[in-house]
Amino acid sequence: MKLAGIIAFALVLIAGAVLATEIPRSERRSGYSFMAPDTKAMQDDDTANPGMLWVLDGEALWKRKAGSADKACADCHNDARASMKGIAAHYPAFDKALGRPVDLEQRINLCRVKHQQAAPLAYESRDLLALSAFVAQQSRGVAIENSDPQLEPFVAKGRALFMRRQGQLNLGCSNCHDDNWERRLAGSAVTQAHPTGYPLYRLEWQSLGSLQRRLGACMSGVRAQAYDFGAPELVELELYLMSRAKGMPMEAPAIRP
Amino acid sequence: MAAALINVPAKAKRGDIIEIKTLMSHIMETGYRHLASGEVVPRDIITSFSCRFDGAEIFRADLYPAIAANPFITFFTTATESGKFEFAWIGDNGFSETASASITVE
Repeated sequence: MKLAGIIAFALVLIAGAVLATEIPRSERRSGYSFMAPDTKAMQDDDTANPGMLWVLDGEALWKRKAGSADKACADCHNDARASMKGIAAHYPAFDKALGRPVDLEQRINLCRVKHQQAAPLAYESRDLLALSAFVAQQSRGVAIENSDPQLEPFVAKGRALFMRRQGQLNLGCSNCHDDNWERRLAGSAVTQAHPTGYPLYRLEWQSLGSLQRRLGACMSGVRAQAYDFGAPELVELELYLMSRAKGMPMEAPAIRP
Repeated sequence: MAAALINVPAKAKRGDIIEIKTLMSHIMETGYRHLASGEVVPRDIITSFSCRFDGAEIFRADLYPAIAANPFITFFTTATESGKFEFAWIGDNGFSETASASITVE
């Protein structure tokens, strides 16, 4: 009996060691909940949220004709308030032609090249951020969803990257965002890596930025070589992060310190 | 591109103290940064913000390089009568933007 008890306890420890890395569903929190009241107020009020400046630009771009096809987004997708509702909450999504997931920015550019016959917009350019912010805003309050079975191998790759130690500091994403999310790093909340509000306005950036920009900043933070924008590894990581946040409501364009 | 977000209550009672919030899109480049090549990034900031109510100036602010991008300026005023608020931002490189909002005072 006693031996069985010890074995059972040892098994719990082993299982605990394996599972310790992921945050239980009941303890998941948005980055919003770590913010100071003033910063929360900024996000909550659309006339105080500077991310809305990009949304307004995006709305104008949505209706503007572009490319040799002389078509606007609105010519195919009509009113974004109806056609884009909940779309961003499903991204990154599997693209059949490419055979891999693409994120929202890549989808916008695929659409530009294929249907508008226009040049793709540069990553982090004002126009691409504006369009992605406008599209993402239509999903505000919609629960993040990514249950497409075709995505599973890519989620697994993203998870492996999240767990892998890298850089001169030899840290994996998980070492901070799973194991130490309730602590602070140089005065800032570590948080849980739930990308509910992208593209979002970071006060530190004084600008809107994409999730890939945020990931690049974290990678330089651990002294690793950041991936180029649009790299499949970054999309897989985005996908894994969105799978962690499955069911949580979208907040784009969010504010973060 | 330049856009302003203005928050003025549409209605107020006479004598009420109301909050006015303005957010203007601007990079507010300080003039103190250098490129990797060593060149100075020239200053490009908003230098002045003003608010007029039915033509009379009720608020003015001078802005300096330490103010963050996309300046968010809020202030309070007393609602005296129905009318129109006119906002103006002036800055480097000929930057000039205006916006307006009306209020009904009962």
